[in-house]
Amino acid sequence: MSSATIAELRESLRAIQGDGLKRRPVLPFGVAALDGRIASGGLRLDSLHEVAAASPDPSDDAAATLFMAGAAARAWGPVLWVVRRRDLFAPGLYQAGLDPDRVLYAEAADDAEVLALMEEGLRHRGLGAVIGEVKRAAMPNTRRLQLAAEGGKTIALLLKRHAREGGNPLHVPSAAITRWRIGSAPSEPLPVEGVGRACWHVALVRQRGGEPFETIMEACDETGRLALPARLADRTAAADGADRYSYVEAA
Amino acid sequence: MERTDIATSRQLEGEVARRNSEAISHSDKPGRRSEASSDDSGLARVAAPLANAAAAEHAIACSVPRGGGWRPGAKWAREDTSARVSEHLDTPRHGKAKVAAQIAALPAHQRPPLRELGRRSEAAASPFRAMPPDEATGGQPFRPPGALPKSLGPSQSVPPRKREPRATRDSARDSGPPPARGNGAPPPLVTSLKHGSRLVIAAACPAARAFGLTPGMAITQARALVPDLDIRDADPAGDAADLLRLATTAARRWTPLAAVSGADGLLLDITGTAHLFGGEAKMARRIVRLLARLGYTARVAVADTPGAAWATARFRRPGEGRGRYAWGNRPAQHPSGPGLRRGDGFVIVPPAEHPAALAPLPLAALRLDPAAIDALVHLGVETVGQLAAMPRAPLARRFGDALITRLDQAHGRVAEPLDPVIPPEPIAVVQRFAEPIATAEAIEHWLGKLMLHLVTALTQAGKGARMIELVADRIDGVPQHLRIGLARPSRDAAHMLRLITRRIEEIAPGYGIDTLALHVRRADPLGAQPFEERLEERAADIAPLVDALANRIGDARLWRIQPVESDVPERSLASAPPLADAARPTARLKSDDVRQLDRGVDLHPWHPRWPRPARLLRRPELLDHVIAELPDQPPRRFTWRGETHRIVCADGPERILGEWWQRTAEAQSVRDYFRVEDEAGHRFWLFRRGDGERPETGDLAWFIHGAFG
Repeated sequence: MSSATIAELRESLRAIQGDGLKRRPVLPFGVAALDGRIASGGLRLDSLHEVAAASPDPSDDAAATLFMAGAAARAWGPVLWVVRRRDLFAPGLYQAGLDPDRVLYAEAADDAEVLALMEEGLRHRGLGAVIGEVKRAAMPNTRRLQLAAEGGKTIALLLKRHAREGGNPLHVPSAAITRWRIGSAPSEPLPVEGVGRACWHVALVRQRGGEPFETIMEACDETGRLALPARLADRTAAADGADRYSYVEAA
Repeated sequence: MERTDIATSRQLEGEVARRNSEAISHSDKPGRRSEASSDDSGLARVAAPLANAAAAEHAIACSVPRGGGWRPGAKWAREDTSARVSEHLDTPRHGKAKVAAQIAALPAHQRPPLRELGRRSEAAASPFRAMPPDEATGGQPFRPPGALPKSLGPSQSVPPRKREPRATRDSARDSGPPPARGNGAPPPLVTSLKHGSRLVIAAACPAARAFGLTPGMAITQARALVPDLDIRDADPAGDAADLLRLATTAARRWTPLAAVSGADGLLLDITGTAHLFGGEAKMARRIVRLLARLGYTARVAVADTPGAAWATARFRRPGEGRGRYAWGNRPAQHPSGPGLRRGDGFVIVPPAEHPAALAPLPLAALRLDPAAIDALVHLGVETVGQLAAMPRAPLARRFGDALITRLDQAHGRVAEPLDPVIPPEPIAVVQRFAEPIATAEAIEHWLGKLMLHLVTALTQAGKGARMIELVADRIDGVPQHLRIGLARPSRDAAHMLRLITRRIEEIAPGYGIDTLALHVRRADPLGAQPFEERLEERAADIAPLVDALANRIGDARLWRIQPVESDVPERSLASAPPLADAARPTARLKSDDVRQLDRGVDLHPWHPRWPRPARLLRRPELLDHVIAELPDQPPRRFTWRGETHRIVCADGPERILGEWWQRTAEAQSVRDYFRVEDEAGHRFWLFRRGDGERPETGDLAWFIHGAFG
């Protein structure tokens, strides 16, 4: 039996077993520390991903927003962003690499409409990313989105915002492939006055076919890429004058 | 002109049987205004009690210098508040107090300035033109003491547009000396047009013409003649569009053959339609009245040929007729006719009498070349009659065919076809049913058939639909409407059908639908479309998606963001329609523009590195308990929404100055923006109002404007 036949048989077997994650179109982060720990080696393009802020604080919320904006910026085509309120600030998204010419905004009246508009965008197949902001999405709704995304090349990102009554928005069961929790972390200390490059707590709370993990990453740069923070001296010590000097020397 | 000629020409014309009416319009409202100002019948009645009061006041005590109290004939006393004043005069009171009470009883804007009361402590009004309001200081606009703010003047109506230079010149000739304007009268209005390198008057209102301002005069000269002249930009394109709309209206209402004639006239072929409106005179009167309601003064002439109608309407003053023509200036019989003034109206030249009507008119009435007119005047030929009496052959040899053709056109010996305005026809397809339909499947089936017809109709018209309305007439007479919009002009039947069938459940069929109709409510030109061919993988067009979303949530809730060059964060972006051109418009610079020297790359209006938050608060929120060093240190601590943040590190300030060209109030204002990070690693965008040194830049309050990730 030739090797080609065996490869074909293996492929059909993989298709039956459903573990063909690796060969699906994937949007990698470009950081081995992240991609290596995600089962699909990056964000799968044809599926739904959930992102939530670590807390209702505006800064954490902005971090989650920029995380999605960076992913959409690295995707291939136009982006549909479905919002509930018009509070996005496009110059800030532009600094995460999302060009304003690529983004089409839609304002939905309620969560159900957000999901319906997202599904419309996913079924169109001409978009690179579809982003929605909801407070609640039940299992059937997310499954619907996941089914709409299957077979295309449109990445679906769902920002789950914190409801007024509290509770973890990622605790609701969902059909999303990955679920992320993003929060702000103290920035890298600088040898001079000022705010260094922003850092985020990036936690992959749950993923299909993989283990959850948690790490600290540098925030998106102007092309939407995350980076691994450089190993620095202890932060509290760095605030000291002598240590700061030694850091400059080391650099 | 021999009678046989006319008869022949009439017979020739008889086949076309053309009688033309020409309407000229120009704005009429200023005219009414000037008439109103000349009404002084109540003056004597008012003056008598005022004079008595003045005498009484003199008798009591008068300490005003130069023997002048307030003058009984002062301008302000002539205003139409005289009734109220005389009423007050009846009540016996004491002199000064009484006058003060009278003045106090007047509305604020009608009170006489102190100068008119004889006190000289107040400066006289500047004889020069009022300065524009000083934007930078934020002060009140300068206004001479006697002048009123425009919004407070007596009911004034701004004329929509001047139309006819010729009419203005005529009126200027027959007007008397410049009328004195009362305090409340609006300033004379002219429109200005750039002619070569200088600004000239394009049209002038009657008040301005009374001051001797004529179209073609330089604006600088006009301004020197009349200091407080109201000058606005002329809009020839808008005028032409209005005239075309008027012609379209005429083509829909009065005659199928209506044409635009020049910049200020319409030619209507009323052959066979005049009797529908009660005859030529009645029809002409109706036209004049309708135009008067729209704000235009029109002069209508009805004659056998377009040339004769053109000449009569423009060059024959109503009232000059010698009993031969029917004149429409009968103000006594139509006192209530809106806008019908003495001097306006219509002229009807009886059949076959147009040569006689044309004879006394000047040569310009023949639409001749100005050079030819000059030459003819040089030769002593001044009227059409003289020209018509001259032998034709030498005329043709000297002036060419054009002159003879114009003469013949005016007399009807040569046909002059009109170029009629064709009113746009709405595109619609209708399907009627013998048996009413009620099911969604049946509606969808018939919609599919109708859509094909609609696409055919659109193709023939060279248009693409932007908005389609489905009207389903129910048998109980309650029509059902369904409207879909398209982001881009489209003739794609499948796409439009998909959009409309998605919403078919919104139609309530009731007892059944007996007519389905598809109306194109808005259409844009759309040329021939290539066939869809997919040789290579291409990104799909997002227009269908935009349509689908827009029909679900509405156009207003679907947008795209475009950068705007402004440093103020709220103004640095603007919404645009979803399919707006992505590329920023780059204006072509002239070769001598100094910006040509800038050879740098075209920078994006948004800076990629200056900190900007991902989400902006709708409006900045005030912070409490802020501890910060002046003038330029970031805060050490602040409280927002009841939570205290201690700042670990900060960047800033980024100073953003107010845009004085946007709002006067922010000419001095300053915002100092800081990016701060607190102990928990949360980053915020704060700003302080004011630069910390000059108090006029702000009150040093701290605000939060957004959060960074």
